[in-house]
Amino acid sequence: MNELIFFVNKVLISGTIIGCIYALGAIGVTLVFGILRFANFSHADMMTVGAYIAFIFASLMPGAGALIGLPTGFVVLPLAIICLAAFAIVVDRLFYRPLRERKVRPVMLLVASLGVTLMLHGLVRLFAGTSPRSFFQDEKKDVFRFDVPFELASRDIVISEPQVLLIITSIVCIFALHWFLTHTKLGKAMRAMSDNADLALVSGINTEKIVRATWIIAGSLAAVAGTLLSLDVVLKPDLSFNLLLPIFAAAIVGGIGRPYGAIAGGLLVGFSETLAIFNWSILLRPSAEFLPEWIDIPARMAFVPTEYKIIVPFVILIAVLIWRPTGIFKGQVL
Amino acid sequence: MRIDQYRREILLFSLVGLAIVAIVAFFGQAYTLRMLAEAACYAILALGLTLQWGYAGLFNAGGMGFVAIGGFITMVVAFPVNDAFWGSEGAKALGFFLIEVAVIVLAVVGLTQIHRIGIRGKLKAVCVMVGLAAAFLFFNNELAPVAKLIETESGFIGGLGLPVLLGWILGGLAAAFVAYWIGKACLGLRADYLAIATLGIAEIIKAILKNADWLTRGTLTVSPLPWPVPTPNDIGFVAARSAYLALTAIMVAVIFVLLQRAYRAPWGRMMRAIRDNEVSAAAMGKDINLRRLQIFVLGSGLIGFGGAALISFARIFDPSGFTPLKHTFLVWVMVLVGGAGNNLGAIFGAVAVYIIWLMGEPVALLLFESVRELGSLWFDWEAPADLMTRALQARVFFVGLTITLALRFVPRGLIPERLNKIS
Repeated sequence: MNELIFFVNKVLISGTIIGCIYALGAIGVTLVFGILRFANFSHADMMTVGAYIAFIFASLMPGAGALIGLPTGFVVLPLAIICLAAFAIVVDRLFYRPLRERKVRPVMLLVASLGVTLMLHGLVRLFAGTSPRSFFQDEKKDVFRFDVPFELASRDIVISEPQVLLIITSIVCIFALHWFLTHTKLGKAMRAMSDNADLALVSGINTEKIVRATWIIAGSLAAVAGTLLSLDVVLKPDLSFNLLLPIFAAAIVGGIGRPYGAIAGGLLVGFSETLAIFNWSILLRPSAEFLPEWIDIPARMAFVPTEYKIIVPFVILIAVLIWRPTGIFKGQVL
Repeated sequence: MRIDQYRREILLFSLVGLAIVAIVAFFGQAYTLRMLAEAACYAILALGLTLQWGYAGLFNAGGMGFVAIGGFITMVVAFPVNDAFWGSEGAKALGFFLIEVAVIVLAVVGLTQIHRIGIRGKLKAVCVMVGLAAAFLFFNNELAPVAKLIETESGFIGGLGLPVLLGWILGGLAAAFVAYWIGKACLGLRADYLAIATLGIAEIIKAILKNADWLTRGTLTVSPLPWPVPTPNDIGFVAARSAYLALTAIMVAVIFVLLQRAYRAPWGRMMRAIRDNEVSAAAMGKDINLRRLQIFVLGSGLIGFGGAALISFARIFDPSGFTPLKHTFLVWVMVLVGGAGNNLGAIFGAVAVYIIWLMGEPVALLLFESVRELGSLWFDWEAPADLMTRALQARVFFVGLTITLALRFVPRGLIPERLNKIS
C-alpha cells in the first residue's frame, strides 16, 4: 500500500502540479502564436518576471497573508497580474508593434522575442541577483496530510497549501478563459482572428484591440503560473529555458491556437515527464516475494534518468511534428 | 550607390582596426591575439549562421548544441590516449556494448521497413514506437553498468590521440549529422518549429555531455586540449596565439571565398528565391524542403567546425561552460548587426561584436563600481555584496537590447546584403 501512496504523491500530485504550470504557460504561448503568428520565446521569462513582481509586493506587505489565512504570495497575486499585463503591453509597444507595422515576416517577431527574453533575463539578474529566494521565509508553508484508511498504509498522502491553490487557481483561470472566449464579443473576435486573420480583418475586427487583449491574457496567465510555481518550489532567475521547451511542446501537442488543446497538452507533457522519471521498481518491489528467485528487481528502473528530463518534452514535440503537425486538437497548420 | 556601400565598409572596418590598435596599446599583444583568435572562431560560427538565416531564412536557435558537438568530437579525437582505460575491463565492456547497440540499431531499422511484409499505417506506427521505446530502455539499462565500470576503473575513456584538424572536420560532420535529423523532422513546417526544436536539442546535448562522466568527465572537465599549432608551453603566448590566429584566419578566408562563390552561383540564387518567395520557387520546380535541409546541414556543419576551433583554443572542454548566451545568442547578434546574408557583414559583425563583448566586461565593472560609489556617497545606499557578479550578468540585457534595436533600426544590418537590381 505504501508503494501506491508513494506513486500518488510522486506521480499523480506532482504530475498534476507541473501539468497545470505547463498548461497555463502553453495557453499564453498558443494564444500569441495563434493571433500574432510567432512563437513567443519570452513567455517563460515573463513568468519569472511575474513571480519577482509578486515577490516584491509580498515583501512590501508582509502581514497581508495572515489576515486571510492564505500565503502572502498568493494574496498579492492580483496586483502582480495587473502589473505583468501592463508590462506585456509596454513590451509589445516598444518591441513588437514597430516591427508589425513594418509588416515584417512573423519570424522577425520571433527574433525580437528572443531579444526580449535576454533583456528580461538580464533585468531579473541585475535587480534580484542569482540566489534563490523563498516566499516562505517568515511564514509557514501549510502541508495537508491525508491519512489513508487502510491497515497496510502507514504513510500519508501529502499535498501542500500552494499546490492546492495552484490546482484550484488553474481550474478557475481555465473556466474564466473559456467563458471569455465563448461568451464575450472580444473573445469571439479573438477566436475569429486566430482561425482566419484576413477574414477577421475584412469583417471589421479591430486588430490592435485584439492584440492588446491577447497580451493582457498572456501576461496575466504568465504571472499566475510564475508566482504559483515559485510558491510551490523556490524563486529562481533561471527558470526560463527549462520551462520553455515543455511549454512549447504542450502548445504544439494541443494544436496552435487551441487553448483547450494547450491544457490537454500541458497535462500530457507534465504526466509524461513525471512518469518517465518515476522509479518503477518501487511499485514492483512488493511483488518480489511472488516472483521466482532468479528475477532480480533493479534498484532504479526509470525510463529516463532525472538529469535527462528535458528529453521527454523534446521527444513528444518531435513525434507530434512528424506524425501530426496540427496537434491532437487540429490546430492551424502554419 | 555602390560607391557609398564601399565607403561604408571601409569606414566600418577601419573603425574595427582602430579599436584593435587601441586594445594592443592598453592590454598588450598576447591579450589582443587571444581576442582576435577567438573572434576568428566566432566568424566561422557567424558564417554558418548567416548561411542558414541570411541565405535561406532558417532560424537556428541551437548554436550552442552544435558548438558543443564540435568541441566534444575534437576532444575525443585529439585528446591523448588514456592507457588506463584501454587496458581495463571497461574497454571490453564498452566494445561489447557497442556491438549490442549496432544490433539494436539494425533491428530498429528493420522495424521501420515492416511495411514490406504487409504491416502498414497505424499498426506500423505503433510497432515502430514500441520498438523504439524498447530499444531506448535496453540502451539505458545496458549503458549504466558499463559507464559505472569505466568511471570507477579509469575515470573516462580519454581520446584517440589523432590530429586536431581531423577532430575539427569530424566535429563539423557530427554536427551536420545531428542537424540532418532535426531538419528532416522540422523543415517541412514553418520556421518557428525549427527554432523550438533546435533550442531543445541544444539543451539535450548539453545535458548529455554534462552527465555522461564516462565520456566527458562531466563537471571535472578535460584539459589541456591539444592545438593544431605549437602550444604556448612550447613557444610562448604571442607566437603560439599568432600561429593559431593565422590558421583560423586562413580558414575564415577559405570559407568566405567558397560561400561568396556559392552566393553568386545559381545555387545561391535559388536559395534566395526560396527564402524570398517560397511559392513561386516551388512553382519553378525547386524542391524547397530538400534545399532547406541541404543549407541547414551545411550551416550547422560550419557551426560545429567553428565550435571545435573555439573550444580547442580555450584548451578546456567544460560541458557546463556551454551557455546559450555565449554560443547561440552572441552569434545571433553578430549576424544581425553585421548584416544577414552578407558574408563580409558576418565577419565584420563577429569581430566587432566580440570586441564589444569582451570590452563590455571592464566597462560594466567600472560603471557599476562608480554607481556603487555615488550611491553610497549621495544616498547612503548600501549595494548588495554580489553587485559585481550582477554587473557581468547584466551584459545579457545589452545583448538582448542590441538584437531588438538592430531589428528595429538597422533591420538589414550595418553591411547589408547587396541586392543587384535588374532594371
